[in-house]
Amino acid sequence: MVDLTNIPILSILTFLPIGGALLLMLVPRQREQFIRYFALIMTLLVFLLSLPLFIQFDGASSAFQFVERAEWIPSVGIGYHLGVDGISLLMVMLTTFLTPIVILTSWKPITRRVKEYMIVFLMLETAMLGVFLALDMILFYLFWEGMLIPMYFIIGVWGGQQRIYAAIKFFLFTMFGGVLMLVGILVLYFMHSHQAGFASFDYLDWTRMLIDQRSQLWLFLAFGLAFAIKVPMFPFHTWLPDAHVEAPTGGSVILAGILLKMGTYGFLRFCLPLFPNASQEFYMLISILAVIGIIYGALVSWVQPDLKKLVAFSSVSHLGFVMLGIFALNTEALQGSLIQMVNHGLSTGALFLLVGIIYERRHTRMIADFGGLARQMPIYAALFGIITLSSIGLPGLNGFVGEFLILVGVFKTKQIFAILAATGVILSAVYMLTMFQRVHFGPLDKEANKKLKDVNSIELVALLSILLFCFWIGIYPSTFLNKTEASVDKLIADVKLKQTQTIEMSRNPHPTGIESDDEFYSVETQSNE
Amino acid sequence: MELSAPIIKLHTIAPQLILLISAVMLLLIPHFIKRLSREILAAFTLVSFFVALYFVLRLWQHPDTGFNQMVLADRFAMALQLIFLLGGMLSVLVSLNRVEADYLHFGDFYALLQFAIIGLMVMTSSNHLLIIFLGLEILSIALYVLAGIRKMRVDSVEAAFKYFLLGAFATGFFLYGAALLYGATGSLDIGVMGKMMAVKSSNALLMLTGACLLFIGLAFKAAFVPFHMWTPDVYQGAPTPVVAFMSTGTKAAALAVLCRMVLAVIPAQVSPWMEILPFIAALTMTVGNLMAIVQNNVKRMMAYSSISHAGYLLVALTAGAVWASPAILYYLLVYTLMNIGAFAVISMLGQSDRAERLRFEDYRGLGYRYPFVALTMTIFMVSLAGIPPTGGFMGKFYLFSVAVKAGYVKLVVIAVINSVISVYYYLRLVVNMYMREEETELTLTWPQQGLLAVLIVAVIGVLWLGIAPESMYALFSQAGF
Repeated sequence: MVDLTNIPILSILTFLPIGGALLLMLVPRQREQFIRYFALIMTLLVFLLSLPLFIQFDGASSAFQFVERAEWIPSVGIGYHLGVDGISLLMVMLTTFLTPIVILTSWKPITRRVKEYMIVFLMLETAMLGVFLALDMILFYLFWEGMLIPMYFIIGVWGGQQRIYAAIKFFLFTMFGGVLMLVGILVLYFMHSHQAGFASFDYLDWTRMLIDQRSQLWLFLAFGLAFAIKVPMFPFHTWLPDAHVEAPTGGSVILAGILLKMGTYGFLRFCLPLFPNASQEFYMLISILAVIGIIYGALVSWVQPDLKKLVAFSSVSHLGFVMLGIFALNTEALQGSLIQMVNHGLSTGALFLLVGIIYERRHTRMIADFGGLARQMPIYAALFGIITLSSIGLPGLNGFVGEFLILVGVFKTKQIFAILAATGVILSAVYMLTMFQRVHFGPLDKEANKKLKDVNSIELVALLSILLFCFWIGIYPSTFLNKTEASVDKLIADVKLKQTQTIEMSRNPHPTGIESDDEFYSVETQSNE
Repeated sequence: MELSAPIIKLHTIAPQLILLISAVMLLLIPHFIKRLSREILAAFTLVSFFVALYFVLRLWQHPDTGFNQMVLADRFAMALQLIFLLGGMLSVLVSLNRVEADYLHFGDFYALLQFAIIGLMVMTSSNHLLIIFLGLEILSIALYVLAGIRKMRVDSVEAAFKYFLLGAFATGFFLYGAALLYGATGSLDIGVMGKMMAVKSSNALLMLTGACLLFIGLAFKAAFVPFHMWTPDVYQGAPTPVVAFMSTGTKAAALAVLCRMVLAVIPAQVSPWMEILPFIAALTMTVGNLMAIVQNNVKRMMAYSSISHAGYLLVALTAGAVWASPAILYYLLVYTLMNIGAFAVISMLGQSDRAERLRFEDYRGLGYRYPFVALTMTIFMVSLAGIPPTGGFMGKFYLFSVAVKAGYVKLVVIAVINSVISVYYYLRLVVNMYMREEETELTLTWPQQGLLAVLIVAVIGVLWLGIAPESMYALFSQAGF
């Protein structure tokens, strides 16, 4: 296999999709079949290119790998800086894996404005990969906000009845968080240039600075709100059911599979290492909100009559686990959170696909309209069953690995949270199995359901490829955990070290020439350079 | 008393002179040669702009002062003149839109446009209040006429009249302020006044009053809240190519003069009148954005949006002019491109025989019937909302980082929240273009070369300024006073 260290593999991965999108703009819109094939080949190519990345990634090293650096706006210290470490690697792989599946499953359902659909999806892939790979704060912010536009179009153009309301709500919620993060980024930037003496937006430069505790709290809030809205954590989740339900199937899959992970990724990548003391301060608050999210999401899912809403609310519950694990801050919990992020992407993505399949055939998503489908669509029911079990967390399937590791880790730090969260596992079995039973078992009494066709080959390929990874992670998670362990350990060590350093600094304000925050402002306002 | 002959250096006002000659010719020639098509007149205007541009670039290389320091041909002025000329060129191209053609007497129209630009140039290249006033008047009178150039339309005349009445008041304020300041300091030069303000004197109250009145006069032109009342009515009634020009040019000129005022005061302590700047900034952004949400007319929406953009610019100005001037210049450039681009599309939806299509609903179906037009409009809206990777984002980034650097974090928080509010109404247009079914068949006179040129230049400019801001910002960083 080719050695990747000498080619800018990350840039190629990131910009190949948008390059494809630009080419697609030139294709006449009537050639729909060609457009579909072109988009599929493009995304598959990205996936194939990401495979050697995964294989050649050195799991023993915690450093960023395949790093690319270039100057971009040197006068203010903005650089083009990409890199991948154990934390982002799995997210990148998840993105490159899910996008071709989404393109594939949009083959039949999307018949209107195919060209535009494929273009926005390719643009979205670039933005998503950029978010996970960027190591410059402005570059990161660029991709973070840039991702809103394609998603907005996906929901607004190809969505359901209430699509415009949902699209605007999604956009406003996410952007509200984003702009406050921008203010946080700017404040941090001037803090950094004051401390270090040079202007830089580089993430690695920023991780080296110590921030006093009071500023950390405010900055954590500015960043954390953006991520919390994205996750979404209770009580910022209200955009999620609307967006999920109104989005077309492909949009829901990407939304659940990848976009939500950007929130949890943001906490891991930015909030923990940059604001370690604030993370400790807010540990209780976030854990309580996460536990509320777990239980609330599960209870609300239980009573949903609409399949898609049920899956949407289950995301709130599952992501609660991830948040709980991240802030428990030990190896097991963090590893579990990372793997759970992938799991949720796979199983919830697959659930949205399954709901999409039945919706396309019956044009309804109400649980009450179904019943006894297992008789009419045995393959569909079997796949649905496996994914349901994976989502519940049955041992042998992927969900178990993540939830188990998280619960073990959380149990070590604060038992009560682990106990409460464990009820979420039980509740998820309750609502998922109830739903499964009502849809697939019982008498096949609805006339319309008697003519349903089972899954076609495209859908089968898409679902089976997801299932492959569900089993793989469930049976042999070490393939993935080995890649992340070093990075996770280093993250925890760094956070702990910086926590003590910051406390020492606050006891002894001027040991290394680091000024307090008040002085920072007064100096900055007066100097007239 | 010794009288010395003033040192006149005509080359410091070369761009103004070029435009003056060309404007007079544009007024006269059509009376002798009857059959001049509007394309020829437009080409003539464009050529004169390019000649003026050449002199602007030469002055950029060798900044100078003339007329006994009364005319400052410094780089700051030249950067602004560059923006004015760009705005002028794009507006000329927008005016070629065939649906606007019936009411425009092109000779007069282009001549007035050039007079307005002369006014802008005079106003921004001086520290002397009389010269600034002179520029302000040249600009204002040209704009009053331009706003009412569609003589047969009631709303156009109404717009001109409203603009004139309120504008006359504002000019009065400006003049009165200048008079008070002269009384207090014995000089009409802003720089000298700034030095006088540093010294504690018995005239402090007089100076404060004068500065405030001066500020009101400029705030009217830049449409800061609470001096913004005229904006929506004038924007709605005036012809679109005129609105495109005045929304960008006037704002730029008023801010430039404010920049010079702030700069003059800064070496001393912060002057009391400057303490209101953050409040005016917050008010301007918020009122502009909130009012824009409830508009049903696209031009009125753009009017309120322009108010909020004046507020964003003021956020940076609050921080002090030295840091702020490159950021302000950068934003003005981006704003000129994206705003005139948006008005080009609005102008395209006008109809010569019927009422203009100005409701949001009128844009339904544009996305699929005219994909290129809709795509460019989307880019302009996204840029106006300040979303990457457009120039609008980079511009706001520079503006806000200046303010954060100066410690105005709370003001910046208000500003970014306002950006989120603005997304709502900018995207409303996008929603109508792409996400709603059209009611009646939408037809445009398209493609037209002039408009195509505007859209291409504006889109490339907006994206270029968003992705590769370095070179332009570095250039503006050299634009010292």
